[in-house]
Amino acid sequence: MVEMAVRANGLNKWFGEGDAKTHAVKDASIEARFGEMIYVVGPSGSGKTTMLSMISGILRPNSGTVEIEGTKIWTLTEDELAEFRLHKIGFVFQDYHLFPKLTTAENVAIPLILQSQDWNHAIAEAEHDLDVVGLKGRAGLPPVKLSGGEQQRVAIARAIVSRPDILILDEPTASLDGDTGRTIISFVRKNILNDKRCIIVVTHDSRIFEYADRILKMEDGRVTAAEKGNFHEE
Amino acid sequence: MPGILKIAYKLLVNDRAKFTALLIGITFAVFLMIAMTSLFAGVLKRGSATVINIGASVWVMDPAVQSVANSIPLPDYVLDEVRSLSGVKYAVPLYSGAALLKLRDGTYQAASIVGIDDTTLFGRPQLITGNLQDIFAENAFIAIKDSEFGKLGNPTVGTTFELNDHRGVVVGIAKVASSALFGIPTLYTTYTRAQQYIPNTRFTTSYILVEPKNPAYIPQIERQVQASGYLALTKDQFIDRVSKFYMYQTGIGINLLIMTITSFIIGLSISGQTFYSFVIENLEKFGALKAIGAKGRVLVLIILFQASLVAATGYGAGIGLYSLTLWLARLYLPDYAAMITWVNLLLAFVMVVIIAVVSSYFGVRKVLKIEPFEIFRG
Repeated sequence: MVEMAVRANGLNKWFGEGDAKTHAVKDASIEARFGEMIYVVGPSGSGKTTMLSMISGILRPNSGTVEIEGTKIWTLTEDELAEFRLHKIGFVFQDYHLFPKLTTAENVAIPLILQSQDWNHAIAEAEHDLDVVGLKGRAGLPPVKLSGGEQQRVAIARAIVSRPDILILDEPTASLDGDTGRTIISFVRKNILNDKRCIIVVTHDSRIFEYADRILKMEDGRVTAAEKGNFHEE
Repeated sequence: MPGILKIAYKLLVNDRAKFTALLIGITFAVFLMIAMTSLFAGVLKRGSATVINIGASVWVMDPAVQSVANSIPLPDYVLDEVRSLSGVKYAVPLYSGAALLKLRDGTYQAASIVGIDDTTLFGRPQLITGNLQDIFAENAFIAIKDSEFGKLGNPTVGTTFELNDHRGVVVGIAKVASSALFGIPTLYTTYTRAQQYIPNTRFTTSYILVEPKNPAYIPQIERQVQASGYLALTKDQFIDRVSKFYMYQTGIGINLLIMTITSFIIGLSISGQTFYSFVIENLEKFGALKAIGAKGRVLVLIILFQASLVAATGYGAGIGLYSLTLWLARLYLPDYAAMITWVNLLLAFVMVVIIAVVSSYFGVRKVLKIEPFEIFRG
């Protein structure tokens, strides 16, 4: 039996009070297993980013629970939660958020450095993961010297360098052209996803739907449909 | 260095434009602050030069005396009265005045004249050349080799001059701990000769120098002198009194204080604004770090380390630059009255720490407030 990586039940999130109250996520539940790549899709304002934030432990829900590998993350203290994210979850942000004044390797090494690992070891690991994402020889360059696709790969290397079990990708192809976007997702699917890792992707780019195992559709804060993706191993 | 501090260092130093602007801001502020305060320290020290150089434990004077130069002559009986006080080991008179000298080349030069007790020569300077006994010779004076020495025409033993139609002869060259404030050279002679050569008022004793039998007697001596209508101060108390005079009653202190505060505000504005914009520029990245798992205190550590690094570097550069300037200034202006003291350094350091704390405070507040969720929303 495949172990459950993420189980979110009855998530609710609203912002503001009174007349200004906006219900961003309404009674949403999702489950994700190891070895699975699932997409959360929907139009802008449908609540997918809010839900992803609650699942990844950076936005506290008003109600509902999130379990990651059996740990109810919203019962943890702020520090425990930060530590949990640092070790268990990898993030790839839409705008990458790489430090332009650090080298590519230093950017990738940040999660290990935050884990207080030795500098040289962290840089060596970062260089290894840059090789994995196809950026051999770019470790010493600043991110601004790289193309958009290459910066996305750096962000992926940073997300996987601490060997997290859960990988969160927020609109990973939004800043890329169609071909590069597909190449990146295909790469993630083939090289980053494994039996001990679960990848959750928030996107509204239908061109990459073919790489999903499952697709959860959101509309007006609710999960309205769950479809099986059409990815087939070649 | 822990990895996170290395990251903080690289983020700061690799942003060369901002790092340079920050350094210039702090260096400039430290330079001005140390310049103002060291100038003030120099003025204060020179204002008390006679007190420092004579070195007596207790000084008796008229209560109206505010600075060494403006002494009020004491009646002769005061000396006898002080000598009779219990706890006094000995007491000697001191003459402190000014005179116009006619040098060998015919030019005139104002000079401070210090007349020390004929019997004990208490408060005499340390001779470099000449024989101390020669001070009892006819017309004898000892020239002080300080920053004003050249104004006497660089005299040697045997050099003559005129003082109030009297012949004067330099019988020795001596050194003292501190040069005087007013930019004029100093000559030492005996108390009696000073009285004879310089036109005087009815009373001639400027100060009475007292050596107590034991330091424990000083408060008692002070009380007894006060009871007779005069003032007795220890060396440190007199220096403090002179300092307060220059600080509060001459305008020097308040002007230098204004300049110091102005330089502090300029430094604070430049570095505060630059550092804040540095943090703001990296704010989203800090948010991303928070999302990845950086705790709030790690981000605070990054900012405080950066602020401290800039402050320490700017502080060192400012002090170094001012030391260099002071050295250069003294090559051309030997009597430039500025001195760097531990108090100056500490004061500038405290101000730099305040600049660093205030600059980083707003950055820290901003970073702690940022929600990683905002990073996801883009």
